[in-house]
Amino acid sequence: MSENSTDILDELTNKDYEYGFVTDIHTEFIPKGINENVIRLISRKKNEPEWLLDFRLQAYRHWTTLKMPEWAYLNIPPIDYQDIIYYAAPQTRKDSRNLSEEVLNTFDKLGIPLHERRIPSGIAVDAVMDSVSVATTFREPLAEKGIIFCSFGEAVRNHPDLVKKYLGSVVSYRDNFFAALNSAVFSDGSFVYIPKGVRCPMELSTYFRINAMNTGQFERTLIVADDESYVSYLEGCTAPMRDENQLHAAIVEIIVLERAEVKYSTVQNWYPGDSNGKGGIYNFVTKRAWCKGESSKISWTQVETGSAITWKYPSCILSGNRSSGEFYSVAVTNNYQQADTGTKMIHIGKNTKSRIVSKGISAGKSQNSYRGLVKIASEADNARNHSQCDSLLLSDTCGAHTFPYMDIHNDTGIVEHEATTSKISEDQLFYCNQRGIPTEEAIGLIVNGYAKEVLNKLPMEFAVEAQKLLQISLEGSVG
Amino acid sequence: MKQYTDFFKSHRQIINQSSHSLLNHHREKAFDSFSEKGFPVCGSEDYQHTDIPKWLEPDFGFYIGHRGTSGNPGKLYPCNVPGLSSYSYFVINGYFYPHEVKKELPQGVFSGSLNSFAENHPELFSKYYNRLAEQKGAGLSAFNTMFVQDGYVLYIPKNIVINDPIQLTDIADTNRDSLINRRILIILESGAEAKLLVCDHAAENESVSASTQVAELFIGENASFDFYELEESSKKNIRLTSNFVRQASSSRVVINNITLDNGITRNNYEIDLDGENAETHLYGLAIVDEKQRVDNFTLINHNTAHCRSNELFKYILDHEAVGAFGGKITVAQGARKTQAYQNNRNLSGSKNCRMFSKPQLIIHADDVKCSHGMTTGQLDETALFYLQSRGIPKSEAVFLLKYAFTNDVIQGVRIDSLKERLKMLIEKRFKGELIRCRGCF
Repeated sequence: MSENSTDILDELTNKDYEYGFVTDIHTEFIPKGINENVIRLISRKKNEPEWLLDFRLQAYRHWTTLKMPEWAYLNIPPIDYQDIIYYAAPQTRKDSRNLSEEVLNTFDKLGIPLHERRIPSGIAVDAVMDSVSVATTFREPLAEKGIIFCSFGEAVRNHPDLVKKYLGSVVSYRDNFFAALNSAVFSDGSFVYIPKGVRCPMELSTYFRINAMNTGQFERTLIVADDESYVSYLEGCTAPMRDENQLHAAIVEIIVLERAEVKYSTVQNWYPGDSNGKGGIYNFVTKRAWCKGESSKISWTQVETGSAITWKYPSCILSGNRSSGEFYSVAVTNNYQQADTGTKMIHIGKNTKSRIVSKGISAGKSQNSYRGLVKIASEADNARNHSQCDSLLLSDTCGAHTFPYMDIHNDTGIVEHEATTSKISEDQLFYCNQRGIPTEEAIGLIVNGYAKEVLNKLPMEFAVEAQKLLQISLEGSVG
Repeated sequence: MKQYTDFFKSHRQIINQSSHSLLNHHREKAFDSFSEKGFPVCGSEDYQHTDIPKWLEPDFGFYIGHRGTSGNPGKLYPCNVPGLSSYSYFVINGYFYPHEVKKELPQGVFSGSLNSFAENHPELFSKYYNRLAEQKGAGLSAFNTMFVQDGYVLYIPKNIVINDPIQLTDIADTNRDSLINRRILIILESGAEAKLLVCDHAAENESVSASTQVAELFIGENASFDFYELEESSKKNIRLTSNFVRQASSSRVVINNITLDNGITRNNYEIDLDGENAETHLYGLAIVDEKQRVDNFTLINHNTAHCRSNELFKYILDHEAVGAFGGKITVAQGARKTQAYQNNRNLSGSKNCRMFSKPQLIIHADDVKCSHGMTTGQLDETALFYLQSRGIPKSEAVFLLKYAFTNDVIQGVRIDSLKERLKMLIEKRFKGELIRCRGCF
């Protein structure tokens, strides 16, 4: 490792987490712990109908029968689920024109202005702080086109039929440990419905912010794209710097009907813990899209730079004929971060296609794993999949792992998987140096080039942020 | 599982009576280990498609206290490779079959039964026997250690090079359903070289045989060893093997496992590259149809710097066959300049066959070049069309392309006459002709 890049490493690994501040805001908490009464209390606070409370209770009862999964290549310290506050509501009015100063300032500081007139580009935002959605912008112009974009709580009140029809239809509460936990205690989140034939005129986004201490965030996002519609959805997240770990267990469900298309992009920047591995968010998320209609399409793009531990596999169920799924991911881990992330492509319909591009970058003492499943069901004639998983190692103490699973039950399918693991070659660095590019820039150039294929898939607004994040998270770690 | 632990408890004396005390010495510990671990459970990470408890549930009789069949095994089981000048040995139902050998091995080399190795070289036996299986093996290895009666040992002292291959013909021939346990122990001291071909056959009778095999290979510095395993058994056969390899620095190992005919097969390979500059080439080919199953699981541990491994497994599936490949490569921290390549290519020929593939990389060092690739698909339509457009009938074109598909694996064989024989056997296999050993002549 050259002296120059060691300097950059030191400089950047010591760099503070930019979004680690805490907002002093009056927050309503419920007592710590989880039991049926807590679930009833959450449901009561949100004025939920009986059927939703039943759903929560069923999920809770199922969760109590489950054990924490241990198959991931992660070292998860024991979590005391009775030591978490499951509901924390910042006291603010649900109207972007009358939001409290603290909330406005918080989101301003995060670069997410909640005043519509101050938003330069057309992005509608649903801002979720701790357990409640504090603001949703551009609702009226969207409503004119018949698009429903609101918090989950509002959707339950105003569009119960839609919620009832689709809630749990893609990720059942029986799916896994964290899905059951979320289904029992989820507090808020976003709901999107794009009507038939409508192309959403602006990017929709949800910004998740954990603020309160000792809480967990358990939000739920439900997106329904009706026939021939299109929506691009963005998700961002940050949290304060704390020495304690906080739990984030979310569910994202997407239903894509005939010839509809959903593009879901995430820039995950939860607090990753300090350089000694203290603190940080445990990010245990279940995301799944169901391409139900013919010729439907889902595209997942994720840039994962934050979280102490990430356990996340955005998946695609391709049951509509000719439907297609895409997964583009850059996962960066530094210091003591751990990530076990990837995707599942379940081909059920005929002539379905899927593509996986995963780029892992590990530095420091981190562990970064790709885990993915490609399943071709026996009825999925002419299915096609290509997976590419590359790992870049930036230190001799980190780990990069690949765990692909391919289950093929049909002879007409073609499945291809390739993976490589290596470090930045001395030759490439030398080539750049020789042409007058300093090591620092050369490293940036090579890493950005490495991740370009994925970054290119991000919407413009996110691509810039993601590129900056990449620089902060890893450039200096290259040795 | 209980039937086996009960049997062990009640028949200790019979189990011990025909094998050497050094071999018996390991049984108690293995029994404790097996009682604790049991058979690997189907659905667990490394055994997702292999249900050993279910397959071994029927009440197989143990083949214990026998001494194989009488007569000249070379005449009874004529398995030879034309043009191959080899040292020939036989293991029948897990017992080494002593017979007069035509060719003598160089002095100091031991090639023979496990029991006589324990008798003649007790120190070496104690040093190597069950070392890897006990340390690394799962319940299946412990099971084998509990019941094994005999097996084959090849010991080659320092700097002895054996140019001609050694052929070990392994035969299951019982007239009732049996569970056979056998052991292979290979010790190559530094600078030694040898090639071993193991042909696994089953006699043509109605009985079902299940076999467990544990092979431990210790390859010394600068030593070179080729290990070819060819399975041509029967559809009623269950074959469960656990192979452990430990390589010292600058050693070279070639393993080539070919499954041409079988019932249910599970092969485990665990290779530890413990010395710098060690090199491993691991090849596998499975041609399966009807209801045959082949599950190959490999684990290559790069424990030190400058080691190379190259892995290629190919499957050709048809009818309702099931193929599974699990490949794991681990690179330890500090294992600089590691090169590890893993490839799995599969051809599926029917709607009802299934292929499960799981190539994995676990890497804890940065200065490495590791890659894996996997494809499952069909024969290339344009290639088929090309051949047909040149007047080759479709069936012949399909055969040619499948045959070509197997070529990469066959090229990994470093014995020319064996390579030719394998090509002929594969051709016969694709054409549906009898490929039993006797058909070789």
